[in-house]
Amino acid sequence: MAANPECSPTQLELPGTMEAAERLCGELLQEAVRKGFGEEDLFAIHLALEEAFVNAIQHGNQGDPSKKIHVQYSITPSRFEISIADEGPGFQPDALPDPREPENLYKCSGRGVLLIRSFMDQVQYNSKGNQVRMVKFKSKPGPGKDSNSPPQNVL
Amino acid sequence: MDQKSPNMTIDYVGGDVIVATLVDEKILEESQIQALESSFLPLIEENNPIKLVVDFSQVRFLTSSVLGLLIRLSKKIYESEGILRLCGIQPKIYEIFKITRLDKVFDIYPTRQEALEGLV
Repeated sequence: MAANPECSPTQLELPGTMEAAERLCGELLQEAVRKGFGEEDLFAIHLALEEAFVNAIQHGNQGDPSKKIHVQYSITPSRFEISIADEGPGFQPDALPDPREPENLYKCSGRGVLLIRSFMDQVQYNSKGNQVRMVKFKSKPGPGKDSNSPPQNVL
Repeated sequence: MDQKSPNMTIDYVGGDVIVATLVDEKILEESQIQALESSFLPLIEENNPIKLVVDFSQVRFLTSSVLGLLIRLSKKIYESEGILRLCGIQPKIYEIFKITRLDKVFDIYPTRQEALEGLV
């Protein structure tokens, strides 16, 4: 993938398949490695990307491969930012049942949005609910915690 | 006797305890989830009630779809009064269990040895 200028986001349109999403996910993580993100940040970004793409492709586009996924991203040495939009009707993330509540603990799905919100620093949905914007700021290594250590087989 | 399926290694310990070691470093694709489910379901049905330890020590990354699989499996196992224990979960993955509060739902042990205590 060509390196994108730091301040101008790259825009892409993907086929609505997990294969296409996985390819892009790998490229984005490689770019984040090149920009110096550490292992913990990469884990968080990877998890958020996987959950967001699954939501967009399987729930938003309802698995219809003819529907597209629209991606806009910018990766700088200090922040990873991405917007992922699908062509579905959207949903209201704040209306989702809390999967941590006792009555929902044994439900088999519904945890992706919670994980995205937990692992990323900023998460916003558009009003229609078919686009999520996520930001991860690069962590600074602290005492006893080397989150900026070079990734080991993260990709 | 030890057996292998594509996504996990099965060890029989002490006669009736089954240790399933997940061998994929990353579990995120639907095909992997389906393959695991296809491997686990016959095990649970053929060893009823099952005493099952799932060893995650080789897993470095997973998504919420694996949590869904574990919940489906646990329902089957608990219906027949079987035992399910998880072990070897890496700290970053354990964070996923904590955030979703599934650390309160599953019996999670640091090591395979500790998970086997009281079972064999």
